[in-house]
Amino acid sequence: MAYFVQQLINGLQLGFVYALIALGYTMVYGIVRLINFAHGDVFMVGAYLGFYAITRAHMPFPLAILVAMAGCAVLGVVIERIAYKPLRTAPRIAALITAIGVSLFIEYFTSLRFVFGPNYLAYPQPIRIVNYNLGGVSITSIQIVVFAVATALLIFLQLFVQKTKTGMAMRAVSFDRDTARLMGINVDWIISITFAIGSALAAAGGVLYGMAYPQINPFMGIMPGLKAFVAAVLGGIGVIPGAMIGALILGVVEVLAAAFVSSTMRDVFAFGILILVLLVKPTGILGGPSQEKV
Amino acid sequence: MMSRSRWIVIIVTAAIYAVVMATAAAKLLNPYWLQIFQFACIMTISALGLNVIYGYTGQFSLGHAAFYGIGAYTSALITKSWAIGAASFPIALIAGVLAAAVVGFLIGLPILRLRSDYLGIATLGFGIIVKVLFDNADAVLPTLGGSRGMTGIAHYTTFTWVYLLAIGTVLLVRNFVYSSSGRACISVREDEIAAEAIGINTTKYKTLGFVMGCALGGLAGGLYAHLYTFLHPMNIDFLKSFDVLLIVVLGGLGSISGTVVAACAWTLLLEGLRVVLPSEILDWRLVIYPLLLIVVMLLRPQGLFGGLEFKFLKPGAKS
Repeated sequence: MAYFVQQLINGLQLGFVYALIALGYTMVYGIVRLINFAHGDVFMVGAYLGFYAITRAHMPFPLAILVAMAGCAVLGVVIERIAYKPLRTAPRIAALITAIGVSLFIEYFTSLRFVFGPNYLAYPQPIRIVNYNLGGVSITSIQIVVFAVATALLIFLQLFVQKTKTGMAMRAVSFDRDTARLMGINVDWIISITFAIGSALAAAGGVLYGMAYPQINPFMGIMPGLKAFVAAVLGGIGVIPGAMIGALILGVVEVLAAAFVSSTMRDVFAFGILILVLLVKPTGILGGPSQEKV
Repeated sequence: MMSRSRWIVIIVTAAIYAVVMATAAAKLLNPYWLQIFQFACIMTISALGLNVIYGYTGQFSLGHAAFYGIGAYTSALITKSWAIGAASFPIALIAGVLAAAVVGFLIGLPILRLRSDYLGIATLGFGIIVKVLFDNADAVLPTLGGSRGMTGIAHYTTFTWVYLLAIGTVLLVRNFVYSSSGRACISVREDEIAAEAIGINTTKYKTLGFVMGCALGGLAGGLYAHLYTFLHPMNIDFLKSFDVLLIVVLGGLGSISGTVVAACAWTLLLEGLRVVLPSEILDWRLVIYPLLLIVVMLLRPQGLFGGLEFKFLKPGAKS
């Protein structure tokens, strides 16, 4: 039983990191209906920015995470302006292809020797690792930091989207872009803000991921990015609480499958649960009924 | 009476074949480039399959590499374990096609109910599951090699095979698209509800298009396995599905000419950059390639051919 609870905690740790990435996916999808495949690579860049902030600039951990978030927010907006904005009226698949292009570009460009380099780097431990033992279940200080930072950011995001005027504008644009524009909302600005927030959250996820699984390389974003997208779809894409629920479910399922079945088969369970949920509820757990135009 | 332009097409097609075979025999074309040409034909077959699924039937599939892999592994398993020499190759190819088609049918029936991006992500998930299963397949069948890869596959694929099969695939897809079944598939792409309203059995035609595309993917996989004589689950991971999708979209959805041109251009460009770039910036090859991809997409969002077609690929067109 203690072993099960222990794995549950490890699963939640992974799930919270997925949640931070998944939120960016789901917000962007909600607003521009684009699967932003480059999002996992923004997450990777965030991990590297945090790495350099800690090792080169010797920043304390909270400052490093903020630097990573700010850097990636800019990166997200630049990507949107260059690669997606010109294609907003084109067929949706065109933007998807440029997203794949941007993703490949970031991966291979950062692999060049004068950028991040192709090798694995060991992530520094910015905080002291302490093991707390609670009745046979151990929880590390890193896990506590991951839970705390992720929860704080998720609450902040939910408040931002629900309570502020900008958040209301974001919801309006996601509901109906043209009508929102007619109501005087600056749609381009709102889309940029969405990319900035989503990318900043992914960067925070990247730094936390680097701390929890201390190895980074330029291709580290592919699988977590994909899993986070799956989490967003699982929870109902475009729905912010859905992304969190989906991410936590996915993280827990993955870790439990690795612990109790076979670690090489974890992806089969992660994607298997996605297909099963979609077959039962085609728009995800919290997704609304899909609209059918006649 | 065949029209003059049709004769020209037949002559050009035969001439390309003759030139490649002659230069290869005369050692003017090195085996490496001959292999690249063969790979271009294989990508053409696979991409035409995805074009039937996505370009003509409108079903967004991000799991094409899985069917390619099923065809590849099935056919390789047959030629490897059934030692009757080259005679087993056609049988193995057919078996690969059938395996991909059957799996496509079984998975297509439930998941083709999903729409657009949801279908895409479900097929992507399916593709990853298939890849992981092949990673672990050696536990059941040691011949498959699991994550160490499958070695020792006979080298049966020749330029004649891939070229003829690629031409055959072009003809098959062309005839399918302009048949009544093909038109039904196109109507599903244009508007599923309207198609259903005029009495088209949308489930049937979605499944038909999907199974046909998967079968072509399986054929391409079988040819690939016997060209490179080595298979690894990495050859069929989801990034390979993206490659095929890129080709189909770059060529222009729903255009056979576009897919053929884009498949050849894509393969030759990726290899060509290897030759053109000086060795000190060879690392930049995979940086330049996505940049080209983004630029082409920004300049021509509808793809190179965007629904257009060479005249000879359209039946009844006056030429």
